[in-house]
Formats: sequence, C-alpha cells, structure tokens
Amino acid sequence: MSYEATFRVWRGDAEGGELTDFQVEVNDGEVVLDVVHRIQATQAPDLAVRWNCKAGKCGSCSAEINGRPRLMCMTRMSTLPPDETVTITPMRTFPVLRDLVTDVGFNYQKAREIPSFIPPQGVKPGEYRMQQEDVNRSQEFRKCIECFLCQNTCHVVRDHEENKPAFAGPRFLMRVAELDMHPLDAAADSGLDRKATAQEEHGLGYCNITKCCTEVCPEGIKITDNALIPLKERAVDRKYDPLVWLGSKIGLRRG
Amino acid sequence: MTEVERHGFDVVVVGAGGAGLRAAIEAREHGKRTAIICKSLFGKAHTVMAEGGIAASMGNVNDQDNWQVHFRDTMRGGKFLNHWRMAELHAKEAPERVWELETWGALFDRTKDGKISQRNFGGHEYPRLAHVGDRTGLELIRTLQQKVVSLQQEDFREHGDYEARIKVFQEYTVTRVLKDGDRVSGVFGYQRESGRFFVIEAPAVVLATGGIGKSFKVTSNSWEYTGDGHALALLAGASLINMEFVQFHPTGMVWPPSVKGILVTESVRGDGGVLRNSDGKRFMFEYIPDVFREKYAETEEEGDRWYQDQANNRRPPELLPRDEVARAINSEVKAGRGTPHGGVFLDVSTRLPAEEIRRRLPSMHHQFKELADVDITAEPMEVGPTCHYVMGGVEVDPDTASSCVPGLFAAGEVAGGMHGSNRLGGNSLSDLLVFGRRAGLHAAQYAEAAQEDRPLVEQEQIDAAAEEALAPFSAEGGENPYGLHQELQQSMNDLVGIIRREGEMEEALQRLAVLRERAVNAGVEGHRQFNPGWHLALDLRNMLLVSECVARAALEREESRGGHTREDHPTMAAEWRRVLLACSLADKPVPGEGAIVLQRKANPAIREDLLGLFGVDELKKYLTEDELPGAEADLPPQRADTDAEKKSENGAEH
Ligand SMILES: Cc1cc2nc3c(=O)[nH]c(=O)nc-3n(C[C@H](O)[C@H](O)[C@H](O)COP(=O)(O)OP(=O)(O)OC[C@H]3O[C@@H](n4cnc5c(N)ncnc54)[C@H](O)[C@@H]3O)c2cc1C
Ligand code: SF4
Ligand code: SF4
Ligand code: FES
Repeated sequence: MSYEATFRVWRGDAEGGELTDFQVEVNDGEVVLDVVHRIQATQAPDLAVRWNCKAGKCGSCSAEINGRPRLMCMTRMSTLPPDETVTITPMRTFPVLRDLVTDVGFNYQKAREIPSFIPPQGVKPGEYRMQQEDVNRSQEFRKCIECFLCQNTCHVVRDHEENKPAFAGPRFLMRVAELDMHPLDAAADSGLDRKATAQEEHGLGYCNITKCCTEVCPEGIKITDNALIPLKERAVDRKYDPLVWLGSKIGLRRG
Repeated sequence: MTEVERHGFDVVVVGAGGAGLRAAIEAREHGKRTAIICKSLFGKAHTVMAEGGIAASMGNVNDQDNWQVHFRDTMRGGKFLNHWRMAELHAKEAPERVWELETWGALFDRTKDGKISQRNFGGHEYPRLAHVGDRTGLELIRTLQQKVVSLQQEDFREHGDYEARIKVFQEYTVTRVLKDGDRVSGVFGYQRESGRFFVIEAPAVVLATGGIGKSFKVTSNSWEYTGDGHALALLAGASLINMEFVQFHPTGMVWPPSVKGILVTESVRGDGGVLRNSDGKRFMFEYIPDVFREKYAETEEEGDRWYQDQANNRRPPELLPRDEVARAINSEVKAGRGTPHGGVFLDVSTRLPAEEIRRRLPSMHHQFKELADVDITAEPMEVGPTCHYVMGGVEVDPDTASSCVPGLFAAGEVAGGMHGSNRLGGNSLSDLLVFGRRAGLHAAQYAEAAQEDRPLVEQEQIDAAAEEALAPFSAEGGENPYGLHQELQQSMNDLVGIIRREGEMEEALQRLAVLRERAVNAGVEGHRQFNPGWHLALDLRNMLLVSECVARAALEREESRGGHTREDHPTMAAEWRRVLLACSLADKPVPGEGAIVLQRKANPAIREDLLGLFGVDELKKYLTEDELPGAEADLPPQRADTDAEKKSENGAEH
C-alpha cells in the first residue's frame, strides 16, 4: 500500500531558513527516515540529515516530528495520520548547522566535565567481582544511545541559553549517577564526592523533576526516577546532615 | 593552491569504532600525539550496533575453555584459510583485552559468582561471549569513548588543554592517504559541516574504517560502510586479500521492506530460538555438513537437552557457523518452503517464557515491536540472509598490523586474514581490541622511529586530492549519485551475492566498469556545506573499487568455502586453501576495463604445534596430503613462536 504524503521540512542554516513542502510517496511499513531519504534521492539531494544505523541504536537521527522530539528511524509512518502534513524540524536546543543537522557540541563538552570512572586500587584486571543485582542500576543508564533528545527537551536549557554553562543536562547528570552507583568506582577513596559535584558543579539544583526528559527517551530509561531523584535525595541528605557536612569539611569520609 | 585546514600529529587513526579507538588509546599511552578522525559523530561508529558479544576464552562459565579451544574454533569457522598467526594472537590476547575494559568502567552482565558472564554462540565450543544483554557494541564503544575522555581529562590537568595529546576530529572524512615517496605522510579529506578541506600530516596512519556492506542492497550495515578504508589502502599502494569472502548473516529482518536487512542477533538462537520452515519443520537438521557432523545433535530432543546439559549432549544445528545457516535458509526459501515475506521462521516465543525473552533479548523485543509490529514473546519472527561482514581486507603483518606501505597500518574489519573465509560471531569485537591495540602500539613505535626524518606532504598531492573531491560540482548535467548507488547495490546483490555463478559475476564486472565510467560524471547540486549528495558521489569511487575486488576474486576462486559459495564449484578444495587472492590497483586503468589486478599468493603454512591441536582426521578434511603432519619434508620452514614475537617487516611476504 502506498500513498502520497505532504512533508514540511525545515531547510536553512545558522543564518535562517524556512519550512519547505514536499509531496512524497510513502509505502507500507516505512519510518519517517525512509521518507526523508526518498526526498533526498528524488527531490533535494543536498537535504542535510544525520543518520547511521537506521535501527535505533546509534542515536544520530534525532529531530522534532510534529513538534515532538523523536528518532526519525524509529518513528513509523503508520503512527502518524496519513492525511495530515508531517512537519520535521531540527532539535531546537542546539544551534542549527544545516537543515535537520544541529551542532551538538554542547553535549561533548559536558561529557568531558564529568570525572571519569576511577578504578579501585589493588584490584587487577580479571579480578573484578560484581553481582548482577548491583550492576543493574548503572547498566540501565548505560543503555543510553546519546541521541541527546533528553538534553534537547529539558526546559532548563531548551529556551535558556544562559543556563547552558551551569547545567550538564539529564544525560550527563545521569552519567554522574551511573558512576556513583557503580559498585567498584573508587571516587570516594580518591576524595571525589560525585553526589556533591552533581549539585555544586553540574547544576542538579536546576532540575525540578518534571520528567520531560524521561518521556522522550527512546531507550525508555527512567532518567528522572532512577537517576536524578536518587542523586538529589543523596545530595540533599548530604547537604542537610550536619555530620556529613562536618565530615566533608574536615576531610572525613562517610563509612 | 588549495586552501586547507592543517594539523600535525604523530599518529592519525582513521575511524572511531572499536579498532580505531583502541588503537588511538594505545598510541596516546605510548606518548604519541594522536588524532582520531571519523565521518560521523564520536560514539556513533558502526561498532555501536554489535549485539551478541565479545569472544574471549576467559572460562568463566565453562572452565574447560582456553585459548587453544578458541583458536581451533576460529580456524574451523574460517575453514582453515585464516592467517594462523592472527588467529593465535587473537585467541591468546582476547581475555586480557576484555578484562582491561572493566578497568575503564565497562559493566558486563555477571555470573552468579560475580565474574563476567559468557554466552553461547554459533561455532564456539563453550559459552564464550562476554556481553551486555544484546547491546554489547554500545558498551564497547562507550567504554572506549569514555576512556578517551579520561585521557583528555588527564591532559587537561597536566597541560590545561583537553586536546594536548589526543584529539577527535568528528564528521571529518578522509578521501586520500598522502605519501612522501614510498612512505605515508598524512591524510587529506573534507569536513562534513563546512565542506572545507583538511590535511593532517603524520608519519603513521592507522586505517580502522570498518566494512563495505553498503555496496549490497540487503545489508545489516550502516551508512558508514562504503569501504573507504579498503579503497584508501588500494589507492595508497597496499593490497587487499580474501575479498571474495563476504559474510551473509543468516538472520536479517525481511519485513517490512524498509527495514529489510536489519540484523536479528544470533543470541536469539544461542538462547534457544529455533528455525522452522513454512511446514513447521526444524530444517537445520537436514543441513549439517560432514565436517561438522560429530559436533551437532541429530535429533531435536538432543539439541534441546544441550541448552541445559552441554557436557552430555551435542549442540543444535541452528548454531552451525553462519555461512552454513545462511545457505540452508536460502535453499528452503528457493524450495518454496519460505514464509509469506520470503524468509523462514525464527521462533523463541514457544521456547522461553515471555519475561525471560524480554530480559535476555530486550533490543530484539523492542526492534520487532517498533519496526514490524511483531511481539516476539508471542509469535515467530520472519528472517532471511543479509550482507553483514567482509572477511577480506588490507593485507597486514599479523604481529604489527602494518601493511606493505611503510607507515600504513590497518585493524578491525578493514584488515584481512584473521577470519579466513568466514568469521565466527563475537570474534569481531575481540579482533578490534586485540589488533586495534597492536596497530596503535606499532604505529607509535614507527612514528617514534620516524621522528628524526618526518615525511613531508607535497602541495601537488593536496591539489590533486582537492580537484578529485570537487569534480562532482563541475559535472554538467551529471548523473544522480543516489541512482548510481542503487544500481550498484542491486548488481552486487543479484550477481555477487550469497550463491555465485561464473556468468553472473562476469556480468557484474561489466556492469561495474560501466558504472565506474558513469560515476565519473556523478553530479551534485547545492554547495559544500553538509551536502549528502556530494558525500555519496565521493563514496561511489570507494564502493566501486571494493565491489570490483569482491567480484574479481569471487570469479577467480573456483571452489566453495565459507563466505564464498559457487554453484558451479560447490565443494571445498584443499588446493585452494593454500591460495590467497590479493587485489591491488592496476597501474593504468583502461576505460571500460578493470581498475583492479588480481594476484595469487601462497597462504602461509600453519605452525606445527598449532596443527598439533587438531586430530589428523580433521586436518585431512582441510589440508592437502603433503601439508599433513608427518609430511614435514615438504613443509616450508616454520617460525618459532619467540621468533614471531619479534617485530617483523611486513606480513605480506610470509
Ligand atoms: C548489526 C550488527 C551486529 C553485530 N554484532 C556483532 C557481535 O555481536 N559481535 C561481534 O564480534 N561483531 C559483531 N558485528 C560486527 C562488528 O560490529 C563490526 O565488524 C565491527 O564493529 C567493526 O568495527 P571497526 O572498529 O572495524 O569499525 P567501525 O566501528 O565500523 O568504525 C569505522 C569508523 O571509521 C570511520 N570512517 C569510515 N570511513 C571513513 C573515512 N573515509 N574518513 C573518516 N572516517 C571514516 C567511521 O566514521 C567509524 O568511526 C556486528 C555487525 C553488525 C552490522
Ligand atoms: S526532570 Fe529535570 S532534567 Fe528532566 S526534563 Fe525535567 S528538569 Fe530537565
Ligand atoms: S538518556 Fe535517553 S534521551 Fe537522553 S541521550 Fe540517552 S538515550 Fe537519548
Ligand atoms: S539512525 Fe541510528 S538511531 Fe536513528
């Protein structure tokens, strides 16, 4: 079964641009990215779009489809009404480079600011022992395909350029949580308090747990409930627990 | 004179997949200033798609496993065409490479006693694949990516600059390796965002660009797989071996059409999934070849018992090496016993409880639900063969990963030899780590030695490369590159696919010659800024060169072995095992004729103690009479192990 659809695609660059209409064929079982590719192959060979795997695994093809942040390769045409125009725009939070392609450099910069995994002293390669139930939590966060849809959606930065320097965004706050929950991460032994840095350096305080990030995550990661809220609870814990506060001031570690 | 952005490094790694990142980490840890170039964003390389796992004989689940068993399985899988030394190094070093990932933060699934869990896979005698659900590649790439970031943080602490010693150039595409005389002097390419050209000068270049699947219509491979590294190597004067061996994975999705080819991981079978034809029959029992008969169950009952008790039962034939399963599916469909959409059924729904399926195969569950509206916990999947992996690649020295061009190294899918005629599942991710590390190490050592006398980049070569890259903009009324690409894919799929015939391959070569002529006139609209039409026009050169290698070598090899099946030469011939087909660039390509010349080379004889790991009866199935142990008199002189450990010049010669 085929039908003719109207696609309205944003075209332009940093200077500006506009929505352009395309009449294009749609076939049974296709996803939005297939249709964008057809436009490229038949009508606009220079239409810029990022994609790699076309299987929802690489997180390259993020865009906004009828205003909703989504992966183009995982949005089936059959989920959109056939008689309505499909509007595709680039992610709004990041500067446009061309057409549907944005500059996602913000995310790579934030990734660098999160201190890496610290291996435990004295445990040799091959001697790491961890129970499955202890790695489950961090493994959930490591399902992240870095599509940056959550970063794009979070209202803290979506229309607030000024918050960008101070706020790592859900994906990278989740990275802090992931390392904090890693059973063998030795940050504490080296004097690094990951929870404290989430609050003090990565802007956890800006998050008011609206869960918009969780809603758009194509991997279904419960970013807010499983990463951000626990991180907040512990940060709060630490902040208001006078003993902990004292401990951190005089260099004691929490047992 | 062409305007270019210029940089200087010690080692340039082209590719940020598993092999490239592992190479870069090694080079940087040896103190070399290292550049990583990738055509997509950092962290998106094809490796991210790997699902099933990394093969390494850690023996965590079955302590009978060790490197010798892994070596044997690898050689059997590759039908003994593998470079024995690569298979040996790979089997020996894989466990260390996996353990090292844990020290960089990787979180694999665990066994009950807290070790890395290992799963069964086709062709592996014991449960051997370290994995994270069915997203192992993502874990691998993220771990390596985060290791690179941690090295950058180290540099930031020491030098106040994250990029002091390791820098990622993302969305940069290399179109030429530059040379100073015989030696490599750097790379040339364009930046995707701006379309501007760049040159990175470096004495050592590591190619880690992955595979070639985008030359075929039905493939599990991603956008990046246009055979760039294979072509760059050819153009730089290196040779490719084993290009006739292309792996068709038996289980790709067949419906809906737009997702045709997307992979259905082998773990579905490793975890209990079975293949049935439209009569409901488990047909794989009919397709066990003689060489494997002792190792596989003869009845469904025995096969089913194996999942619980591997010591006393043989494995089900669904877990035969991929080439066997792919051919069997092909035959069933041809015989009219296929599914409505031209595949066969892969069923796990009647084999495991729904909860268990969701836990063990989450991405597959998700993929079928989202893309095909099929719930794999309740109904079977429809699957068929898909172009998946190329065994062929740059001919390298096994120990150093160096090609015959001084300063040019290759590792990962772009390198040839390791997997022989067929790769076992899970053996690629381990290959990336083992040989990525070796390539990085030897590139660093080479760069160190070249410090005194660094090769220079000639302006002439830059101008020529720029002219070549800009040609599509000046092709008047040029052909649509998308159309050319589709024709190429259709030709390769139809004429040099899973079952090959002489006449068809001859036709393929003719069509390729015509396409090459037409591709010269591929034209593009618009400007240089992020222009996919332009990029595709440039990729066509690479795909056409690589496709010609595949077709030419496949036509020459008159036998069937692993990922090369000739209908007109259906059996495996021991004489052919001794032959490697090497492709290199023709000196002066004649229009309408080939751009590639083929040369027969001797496959180096397997070291004797390694041959000793097999029974003579088994060896007889693969080797010629005079190669068998006991016929020493005729064997060429062997290298001792210690000897082979030494840095050798170039594997091409032995
Ligand atoms: C769906 C799927 C599942 C798989 N599952 C498994 C598995 O479970 N186990 C296993 O062992 N193997 C598996 N494989 C195979 C394995 O994933 C690949 O062989 C392997 O990842 C290749 O890695 P690589 O490092 O060689 O290259 P890649 O990861 O492909 O990286 C190539 C890099 O080179 C860059 N590049 C390419 N050309 C250029 C250029 N011209 N200029 C600049 N950069 C360039 C790309 O941008 C990319 O960064 C699977 C393959 C597929 C398709
Ligand atoms: S929950 Fe927090 S991080 Fe997520 S969208 Fe809301 S404010 Fe942003
Ligand atoms: S957490 Fe989810 S939405 Fe955010 S980047 Fe990762 S996969 Fe995308
Ligand atoms: S193309 Fe990889 S997630 Fe869509």
